Amino acid sequence: MMLFKLSLKNIQKSVKDYAIYFFTLILGVAIFYIFNSIESQTIMMNISKNTLDIIELMNNMLSGVSVFVSFILGFLIVYASRFLIKRRNKEFGVYLTLGMSKKKISFILLIETLMIGIISLVIGLGIGILLSQLMSVFVANMFEADIEEFQFVFSQSAAIKSCLYFSIMYLIVMVFNTFSISKCKLIDLLHGKKKSEKIKIKNPLVCILVFLISSSFLGYAYYLVTGGLVKLQNANEIYIPIAIGCFTTFLIFWSLSGLILKIVMSFKNIYYRGLNSFTLRQISSKVNTTVFQMTIICLMLFVTICVLSSALSIKNSMTANLNTLAPADIQLLQPMNIKEDRAAKYTTSQISHSNLTSLEVLNALGISLEHDLKDIVSINYYSTPALTFRDTFGTTLEQVQKQFRFLSFDTQENIIKLSDYNKLATLFERETYTLNSNEYMIIGDFDSMTSLRNIALASGEKISIFGATLFPKYSECKDGIIEMSSGHINSGMFIVPDEIVDENFLVANLLTANYKANTKEEKVKIEKQLLDIEESNVYILPEGTTRLTIAEASLGLGGLVTFIGLYLGIIFLISSAAILALKELSESSDNKERFRILRKIGADERNINRALFSQIGIFFLFPLLLAIIHSIFGIQFCNSILETFGNDKLLPSIVMTALFIILIYGGYFLLTYYCSKNIIKERV
Amino acid sequence: MENILKIERIEKYYGNRSSLTKALDGLSFDVEKGEFVAIMGASGSGKTTLLNCISTIDKVTSGHIYVGGDDITKLKGNHLNRFRREELGFIFQDFNLLDTLTAYENIALALSIQNEKAKIIDEKIKKVARELDIKEILHKYPYQMSGGQKQRVASARAIITNPKLILADEPTGALDSKSSKMLLEKMNYLNDALEATILMVTHDAFTASYANRVIFIKDGKIFNEIYKGENSRKAFFDQIIDVVTMLGGDLNDAL
Repeated sequence: MMLFKLSLKNIQKSVKDYAIYFFTLILGVAIFYIFNSIESQTIMMNISKNTLDIIELMNNMLSGVSVFVSFILGFLIVYASRFLIKRRNKEFGVYLTLGMSKKKISFILLIETLMIGIISLVIGLGIGILLSQLMSVFVANMFEADIEEFQFVFSQSAAIKSCLYFSIMYLIVMVFNTFSISKCKLIDLLHGKKKSEKIKIKNPLVCILVFLISSSFLGYAYYLVTGGLVKLQNANEIYIPIAIGCFTTFLIFWSLSGLILKIVMSFKNIYYRGLNSFTLRQISSKVNTTVFQMTIICLMLFVTICVLSSALSIKNSMTANLNTLAPADIQLLQPMNIKEDRAAKYTTSQISHSNLTSLEVLNALGISLEHDLKDIVSINYYSTPALTFRDTFGTTLEQVQKQFRFLSFDTQENIIKLSDYNKLATLFERETYTLNSNEYMIIGDFDSMTSLRNIALASGEKISIFGATLFPKYSECKDGIIEMSSGHINSGMFIVPDEIVDENFLVANLLTANYKANTKEEKVKIEKQLLDIEESNVYILPEGTTRLTIAEASLGLGGLVTFIGLYLGIIFLISSAAILALKELSESSDNKERFRILRKIGADERNINRALFSQIGIFFLFPLLLAIIHSIFGIQFCNSILETFGNDKLLPSIVMTALFIILIYGGYFLLTYYCSKNIIKERV
Repeated sequence: MENILKIERIEKYYGNRSSLTKALDGLSFDVEKGEFVAIMGASGSGKTTLLNCISTIDKVTSGHIYVGGDDITKLKGNHLNRFRREELGFIFQDFNLLDTLTAYENIALALSIQNEKAKIIDEKIKKVARELDIKEILHKYPYQMSGGQKQRVASARAIITNPKLILADEPTGALDSKSSKMLLEKMNYLNDALEATILMVTHDAFTASYANRVIFIKDGKIFNEIYKGENSRKAFFDQIIDVVTMLGGDLNDAL
């Protein structure tokens, strides 16, 4: 088989050129396998049902994300193989002049793709299977499952899936290759490299102008997503700073590529030292032609950094939140005094029994709590149509409404007696308060809402309820929680003096208590008894929230976000680094000629290597730097969106992100450097 | 007269025992300071191999090459690079200018890799640009220049480091006759006025007639050697043609 031999020889010959391509493919396959095998790893673990539900959700999301990932990898592979074909134009030209048909050349490429595909799949799967064992430890840690003994997990479904997805990708590559071969002309193949590139020096004045304008626009975009976030009126407007960011990134690269050269050139002593002038020209000539690619890579890195650091920090802060946000073992919320007009949702019997508290309902169902619960605190919620969200703003309503048109202003506010709140606060070990008979206050911890309420409180807006008129005691909301949750979601409860409250407006009862238990097993047993009650037509069952379920949910949610963030982040990182590396390597043949000239006029090998190093280094660093600057603001934005989860533990996650970038991006950089060094090396 | 270049019985073999090609076969000659020597020969005669060996791009199989008294066949690694950068100047057929740099920067590079100060670089470039008549194109990129201009820039780069020896490999190979003539006159000027020692490889008799001496090579050995002496360039040209005719073969095609 002549053609087969030819393509085998080709691969052997160009292993060095293909190194980055191979490396990327293997990495892609491995990561694809690892994240898809999480499913079968979690099955092996000893995990509670609540967490299991979230894990199932996570696995579904992961496989959804996998489709997206395979699109990105598909693009990357097509892009990479196009680069490699371009490098070999001359070779194909020779084949054509020798009378080989285009069909046969396509066939050679087909076999090559097939072999590369099979080899990379096998190696990638092997590495993936090994690394996924490490991953399972990480997964177990994430969901706090205990692994009694080490189990070697091989996920057949993940392996099949990886093979299938990557086969499709390779198939697409084959189609693309065949297409591009059938389109090319012999003359272009043979003389493709003789194209002399024009180097345009941009007008420095225009560059400075463009740079200044785009920087100030970028600054404005930064302001919009951080300081000016309050002004954002609806979710769609977030696209404005994003669009500005993308466009200005492009313009900044465009103008900087012209400017940097001009600036360094004016320092003649630096510019004309050693190979500096050469290195700088190399970079600027490339930046000139690759501004667009730089922009894409910069934006991809930016997304990577934000996704990774936010995802990692959510898990951290969620665990940290648990103690402050779920200080008791259980809360039972019992809707009470249901009006007749809600008959559609409740049975008549349920409505007639809705004067009972949760304790009474459970008692009626034959569940005794005396033995199981201690520190019981029972508080009531009141609510009246006279006090809606709209009413709380008084004279400031217009100002607030103008800014937040999308909010619903008709919700009735929850009102709690001061003595009730103080009881609860004592249990939660939080500050207690006193109020005069004409004063009210608001307890809340959801920053976006409390900052809104603070507008009204600061201007001393009075409220009129139950025939009394109350003035705010404090000019801002006080931090605190009533209901336990996994995040800061208390948007504000009104605390009022006991004596003014009209019992007719009672709407719910909230019971908070701790278990009379020490071990987790005992707690789980009590919890099961309280929560797994059969549906009843006679009574409305209380809605239970427990520390354990919150813990599991936040664990699961944290894990879910972390894994998806990691998956996407790593894939984005690999893609951008691989594009840069391939771009750099594809130019190495031009560079080879240039470095040959440098050697001929007597430049030292050390200087040549240093020039190559700084050339590739700056090329890699340039988009990363801007991406980091973007991220400083992007992460702040992510934080303000995710603030309900808490954001106190950002530093370790940023360190982790940096580690990932150094490892993957830096790895690609070094690989590119060594490959380029090999290409420009001359055999003497 | 001082010997700038002394070549002693150098041999260069390619291939292995079963099929041996002798590119250079015991070649010896000297070049004195201030000489302008042309080396002629048909393709395959070994003239490019000779130049490659002198410029340390290639290594001899046996024999010695002395430049300014130092044996360059013993040099290794960065010493080779330093030798190339400090003792030699190159002019190539395909110019070998860096396409990303302007003419000025191309010339400056030869000095900046010797860690020359920017101010001195500027002075030297101004001077050499005047001599080679390239002042107007210093800010241009190679793709904006004609072949003749490119070669003069390359010559400027070769001469600016004050090398002991300038090696020129078919400098007029890619030029039209008018540019060739202009370049050769400039090379003569460098030779006469600046006392540059030039070793030029060519297969073109017209180009060779600008030298003081022409060495003919055939099959890796010296075939003949003629001096211009007091002759006019035209007479020297006729003399060269006579030898070329005697050599026969495909050199005729080149005329």
